[in-house]
Amino acid sequence: MRTTVPVIIAFLSGFAMILLFFISPEHSKIGTVELEPEVLSWVTIVGGFTLLLGVVSILRVNYVAVQRKKEGWIYNLATLVSIFAMAIPAILPESWSPLLGTGTGSIYDWLFNNLDAPMMSTMFAMLAFYIASAAFRAFRARNAEATLLLITAALVMLWRVPMGEMLLSGIHESIPEKINTYIMNGANLAVQRGILIGAALGAAAMSLRIMLGIERTYMGK
Amino acid sequence: MTWIEFVQIWIIAFFTISLFSFLYKDNPFYRIAEHIFAGLSAGYYVGLVWHAVILQQMINPMTEGGKWWLVIPGILGVLMFSRFTKKYHWVSRLPLAFVMGNTAGIFILSELHGKVIPQLRSTMLSLNPAQGLEGFLLALIITIGVISTLIYFYFSKEHKGTLGAIAKTGIWFIMISFGAHFGYTVMARISLLIGRILFLIDDWGGSIIWLFS
Repeated sequence: MRTTVPVIIAFLSGFAMILLFFISPEHSKIGTVELEPEVLSWVTIVGGFTLLLGVVSILRVNYVAVQRKKEGWIYNLATLVSIFAMAIPAILPESWSPLLGTGTGSIYDWLFNNLDAPMMSTMFAMLAFYIASAAFRAFRARNAEATLLLITAALVMLWRVPMGEMLLSGIHESIPEKINTYIMNGANLAVQRGILIGAALGAAAMSLRIMLGIERTYMGK
Repeated sequence: MTWIEFVQIWIIAFFTISLFSFLYKDNPFYRIAEHIFAGLSAGYYVGLVWHAVILQQMINPMTEGGKWWLVIPGILGVLMFSRFTKKYHWVSRLPLAFVMGNTAGIFILSELHGKVIPQLRSTMLSLNPAQGLEGFLLALIITIGVISTLIYFYFSKEHKGTLGAIAKTGIWFIMISFGAHFGYTVMARISLLIGRILFLIDDWGGSIIWLFS
């Protein structure tokens, strides 16, 4: 019951989606309702709740830490306060006050533009330092493959900035264009395509395993 | 500059510098900024899901469009929360199975129909030298690159002999691609860094000048 029913649900819902793909929209209607967009909307709704489940889980973890006054609980309190500060004004209806909801000028909008977005770009900007230090340690021309990686990375980095492009053009005016043609749209595209094909085949195989009930890790098994 | 803008800039500058302080070492300023950032991001998703999913896709069509049956995915969604109970945590598998099954059904088709077939079609390029040297070379690079990359990731047979030689070519192509990706990523991060540094110099520095002028 606890395992078989979910496996049957997974099979039927997956099979229904495959079946709907091969049936024209005019023939897959119940009354005026088109089945495929309706089922997709159902998935979006349940998926939305999954995201909320994640947030509730964060709340629980942080609340327990604050309640038990664990080491560094003040940071957990900061997380709790910021979740509520962002979420509650966003949920409350805009008709009550222009500060509520998610529109321009709301608390949600202000917090996103003045705290969340700048902090996000700062976090990503910090990665520049770590990437640079990792590269310093990893980029040693120890063998042919590593040398190839090093040369390509250096060429692309130079090519991406105006001064580098000018320098490369100084050696030969066609170098920037050749980098674009043969590295970015040639070798790089070929590898990305290979990886994409491999990953897509893997995803399709995994999907089939889920539908057939072979893959059950999503149930915690 | 108004006082509101001044306070706004100083708040952003405080959190920017607090986060950058981690480059020296872990410290309370970084940790508080990090936790606030995590909380705000989680709160952001609550707002997003509430408006874009629960209101727009469920409550509004139910109340305004008479789609009463949307209560079913709503119930399925609520069942997810049974995960927090010890006795009924298995109930959360039902909505999860619904989402997983549907996603699997969509994926089988979208991955094969939308990715594998079009990518294979784009790889089947003409290798006729009459198309010009550049076109011929590019078609050759793409054809060899795709085949050798796929063979490199084929582990059902030991990479020896011809297979090994093709897999080795695949490694070279992969290294070029990873290098290109690395270069691109570094430059994207550097441009973000420039943005933050410019904010500190122009906006925050400007606010200090404004304060004393």
